[in-house]
Amino acid sequence: MSKILEIKDLTIHYVTDDEVVKAVNDISITLEEGESLGLVGETGAGKTTTAMGILGLVPNPPGKIIGGEVIYKGKNLLKLSEAEMRKIRGHEISMIFQDPMTALNPVLTVGDQIMEVIRLHQKVSKAEAMKRAMDMMEMVGIEGGRCNEYPHQFSGGMKQRIVIAIALACNPSLLIADEPTTALDVTIQAQVLDLIDNLKKKFNTSLLLITHDLGVVAEVCDKVAIVYAGRIVEYGNLESIYNNPKHPYTNGLFGSIPDFSKKAHRLNPIRGLMPDPSNLPEGCAFAERCPNATDECRKRQPPVVEVEPGHSVRCLMFEKEGR
Amino acid sequence: MANLIEVKNLKKYFKTNRGLLHAVDDVSFSIEKGKTLGVVGESGCGKSTLGRTVIHLHEKTSGEIWFEGKDISDVNKQQLKDLREDMQMIFQDPFSSLNPRMSVSQLIAEPLLIYKKCGSRQELEERVTKLMDTVGLAQRLYNSYPHELDGGRRQRIGIARALALEPKFIVCDEPVSALDVSIQAQIINLMQDLQEEHQLTYMFITHDMSVVRHISDDIMVMYLGMMVEFCDSEEIFHNRFHPYTKALLDAVPIPTVKAKKERRLIKGEITSPINPGNECRFAKRCPYADEACFASTPAAEEVCPGHFVACHHVREINNLK
Repeated sequence: MSKILEIKDLTIHYVTDDEVVKAVNDISITLEEGESLGLVGETGAGKTTTAMGILGLVPNPPGKIIGGEVIYKGKNLLKLSEAEMRKIRGHEISMIFQDPMTALNPVLTVGDQIMEVIRLHQKVSKAEAMKRAMDMMEMVGIEGGRCNEYPHQFSGGMKQRIVIAIALACNPSLLIADEPTTALDVTIQAQVLDLIDNLKKKFNTSLLLITHDLGVVAEVCDKVAIVYAGRIVEYGNLESIYNNPKHPYTNGLFGSIPDFSKKAHRLNPIRGLMPDPSNLPEGCAFAERCPNATDECRKRQPPVVEVEPGHSVRCLMFEKEGR
Repeated sequence: MANLIEVKNLKKYFKTNRGLLHAVDDVSFSIEKGKTLGVVGESGCGKSTLGRTVIHLHEKTSGEIWFEGKDISDVNKQQLKDLREDMQMIFQDPFSSLNPRMSVSQLIAEPLLIYKKCGSRQELEERVTKLMDTVGLAQRLYNSYPHELDGGRRQRIGIARALALEPKFIVCDEPVSALDVSIQAQIINLMQDLQEEHQLTYMFITHDMSVVRHISDDIMVMYLGMMVEFCDSEEIFHNRFHPYTKALLDAVPIPTVKAKKERRLIKGEITSPINPGNECRFAKRCPYADEACFASTPAAEEVCPGHFVACHHVREINNLK
């Protein structure tokens, strides 16, 4: 397998007159061809900003990429011009947005919207593009004959399928899905997840899945990165993170989910709240909520420690154990 | 124990341009004092309408509602005001259910003022301070406004407002759905503590299966305005009989490795509740549906003690006698 995407120390801040919001700090991830990575974290952890950073869509101002590299197939995307980026977006890397209700243009038919991306990136006639658009719709399980209908004529789950059809229309090598099922009901969510999984296998697409739902990650992903306050606090393959979570935040997340298989009397939530990203502490950002925090945690930023091959943790507790 | 609330054949229809929308259709249930009934279903199944109709936020179309052994199906304005002291609601969205121009203390004091619960200003302040303590809001937030707070704290204000009049029954409409998991767990724990302390009875409406199992004593599954299954919350996770309940629970993603199982996925999507015909409402998506399912709407029957299912073929599907 070859590396398709490598992010090195990506740092993105939102700079305003009054404050600097440190949304993404030193995030590094690698994604192999055909692999899927789950980026898990709570609201405001910097997941979506990371995705926007990859696609060069961080609004500037106030967003500013402070440092780092996003290497896609050997090219640093951050160094490309806007015109070059536009050729990649939607063609080689595409994105499924969170809210299918707002991601579609209400005054264009869905067929036109799928066609748009095909016509933009490939030199095909209008009739050919329409045929391809209808094929895409069939592939995501909607009758091709409905291509002249408008988004409001479809249900939420079907709209999300259209968004997926648009994202996959040019057969991208990398698909970024930002909470693709959060707005959907569970039975529809299961249908959409199955669809993404099947299409991914069929076209050997790599997937970066952004979500807050650990259950969804377990169904779809090979690797997991847990994000807290703009940093990856734990990173590894699915088995090592789920069966052997190390970071206190990861443990806290698992403790917060009611167990579906047995009934516990009480949940073990993480106390307190996530720190304000415009005012991050000097040391570990999780220290205030961490049951094991020491004075040292509040003073310095913990290094990334590899606890087992391919499983790394950003926590001082494991510093000595690391190799 | 005695039933605190009892609902019989409750119906709520809405008039629309395209016909009658059957939001809640012939639902009956009861909740014992101090217990929690979990109501689950997908969006549009009528679970919120049911909750709102029970506490008279919507006027029912027909049916009976009994509270503490009294028929409260038809009440006048004054009776309703008295009733509201005992029945409160926690709303889903802590971002839109609080008046942005009122401070935390004003928001919590509002129900106390409306019901003239406090004789003096000092007493009011004491009550508000105590309520803030109860729901875990720091005193420094006394004069803050909702926009300064995060979702978890806002939901705590919503809970404090619901608790202010010391109600007996609270309808919780997706109280944790808008919150992050770590905050969600804090709020669920708070609600369970309050229930034990004040002997509260909850009707907990949610679409999240793991949350509902955690908090409920009984569970009611709804589909297109109708109850399809009702039983003990332990029972439903071991013996679920209705095809929809099975599909719904199978669709829940479980956060463990190797939980990938063969799922009984249901095809299609929820149909329209406008002018439904005389058929099983789930028939169009049901893998077991036959002519009988399209010929009449199945009534709920007790397949084993305390376990009600509305399905024509429940016995064949589950090999029951």
